[in-house]
Amino acid sequence: MSSQGVDLKKRRMLITATAGIGAVGAGFALVPFISYWQPSARAKALGAPEEADIGKIEPGALLRVKWRGKVCWVVRRTEETLKNLKENTSHLVDPDSEVPQQPEYCKNWHRSIKPEYLIAVGICTHLGCSPTYRPDIAPADLGPEWQGGFFCPCHGSKFDLAARVFKGVPAPTNLVIPPHKYLSDTRVLIGADDGGAA
Amino acid sequence: MSLMTWIDERFPATKVWNEHLAQYYAPKNFNFWYFFGSLAMLVLVNQIVTGIWLAMSYKPDATLAFASVEYIMRDVNWGWLIRYLHSTGASAFFIVIYLHMFRGLMYGSYRKPRELLWIIGMIIYVAMMATAFFGYLLPWGQMSYWGAQVIVNLFSAIPVIGDDLSVWIRGDYVISDATLNRFFAFHFLLPFILAALVFIHIVALHKVGSNNPDGIEIKKGPKGNRWSDTAPADGIPFHPYYSVKDIAGVVGFLIIFLGIVFFLPDMGGYFLEAPNFEPANPLKTPEHIAPVWYFTPFYAMLRAVPSFAGTQVWGVLVMGASIVVLFFLPWLDRSPVKSIRYKGPISKAMIVMFVVVFVILGYLGMQPSTPGRTLLAQVCTILYFLFFLGMPIYSKIDKTKPVPERVTK
Repeated sequence: MSSQGVDLKKRRMLITATAGIGAVGAGFALVPFISYWQPSARAKALGAPEEADIGKIEPGALLRVKWRGKVCWVVRRTEETLKNLKENTSHLVDPDSEVPQQPEYCKNWHRSIKPEYLIAVGICTHLGCSPTYRPDIAPADLGPEWQGGFFCPCHGSKFDLAARVFKGVPAPTNLVIPPHKYLSDTRVLIGADDGGAA
Repeated sequence: MSLMTWIDERFPATKVWNEHLAQYYAPKNFNFWYFFGSLAMLVLVNQIVTGIWLAMSYKPDATLAFASVEYIMRDVNWGWLIRYLHSTGASAFFIVIYLHMFRGLMYGSYRKPRELLWIIGMIIYVAMMATAFFGYLLPWGQMSYWGAQVIVNLFSAIPVIGDDLSVWIRGDYVISDATLNRFFAFHFLLPFILAALVFIHIVALHKVGSNNPDGIEIKKGPKGNRWSDTAPADGIPFHPYYSVKDIAGVVGFLIIFLGIVFFLPDMGGYFLEAPNFEPANPLKTPEHIAPVWYFTPFYAMLRAVPSFAGTQVWGVLVMGASIVVLFFLPWLDRSPVKSIRYKGPISKAMIVMFVVVFVILGYLGMQPSTPGRTLLAQVCTILYFLFFLGMPIYSKIDKTKPVPERVTK
């Protein structure tokens, strides 16, 4: 084939245009493959609010509730614990819950609706382990300063009994407080509040 | 006309055989460190074969997975053997690869012209880590579950897109059946990609030729040996010399490997971790979780970095950098010599320090964290990076010994 009379500029333009359109087509073709990985309709539907009976929790005890496949804690705090939470805050990163890890109505020193009950998502804000409930005072492994709280076995993050993070640990923020509301004195709905479902 | 001629006219069988085996001249001074490349291929084949057999009885379903592994162990004929070959093979793969990489580190096998060879090798290593990670979820034990939870959450540390990215990877808001099912698909796919990468690795190796313990380019030395007038004088044909030597390596390896498979398949909790004999429970993290031993040095570095400025991304970045820095090794080493044999005291001290630090980090990554251990991990993390980032300086100022003209014993 003779190369005489070939408009190279036009040819290059046509090649670029064809490749460009092809790339756009390939991009669109990728959409279903990428979107396929998102949570399915069924996985989304399983995120409904969860109702829990908190009337039988002893003072100082913890109840585990499953919400959206995650563990949620309900802790009934004692008077001493509450006094300590209010006064002893110098070792905390965010004692006043400035970082929005809780609904607006839980942005207070006890991080809950009722001071007596803490409701928190039991997933460490570091890398997602579930911290261990350690209500004991000054145990050997956590030191004499320990006033009860949550200790993450994976990477050593520490939280107090208002789920507030200690300074100098891997976790950056306080634990998440889920939206919740009291249906009665002993029944609580986790995952929804008067503003609607989360 | 012979059958071979008939084939060779249609497919370059004899040509490939000669170019890559019978007339591929490798330096004659290889020592035992050169076993680990061929052993890595042996273990890869073991993993693929046993893995496909396991997939015939395994169920990638959150409600069935744990029980199907127990079914393989108890009810399937020879199932215990196939599974232990696979689980022990995973650890053996990393042992062999770490020794293979250390060989390269000692003898400067990453130096020009082998930079790309090293980088392809590093890609293989990263692909291997991904394969091991996907595979570890499949037994659906407590350690599988929480290990995957931690690693997937590494992605959620990325600012802005992190949370959506980790949901996309999991296919759910937590590690679930959707995650297990797709990890199985990836665990099945990746070994074939690994095999393709190994092929590319060998193509690159045969283009530049093997390095050797002296770090001398035999292609630049005198020509002519018993087999060819044009081949390097210090080269011997790969087949039969090194193929037979590698078989000796295989025999030694299999004695140890099968000893572990038969008598110590969990390796006291290091190859198969105790919490993994308990089914996954999303509501309870085991008291002490740690990755399998081959990830622990990197995991210790991740834990060593505290969060600040409201994010824990720093630890993730440090852990990522500890792998990425290895890719740059060919350009960090400025020594005029390749092999540790002719390097000076600083380089020798640094490589010893690197090994010690890597082992300490590996140990720390298995232990629960205490303030003392965290401090030690921080020191070791700094020393780990000092080995690499200080290399452009110390490799340059270090005294070196004269490199001989020809390879030595």
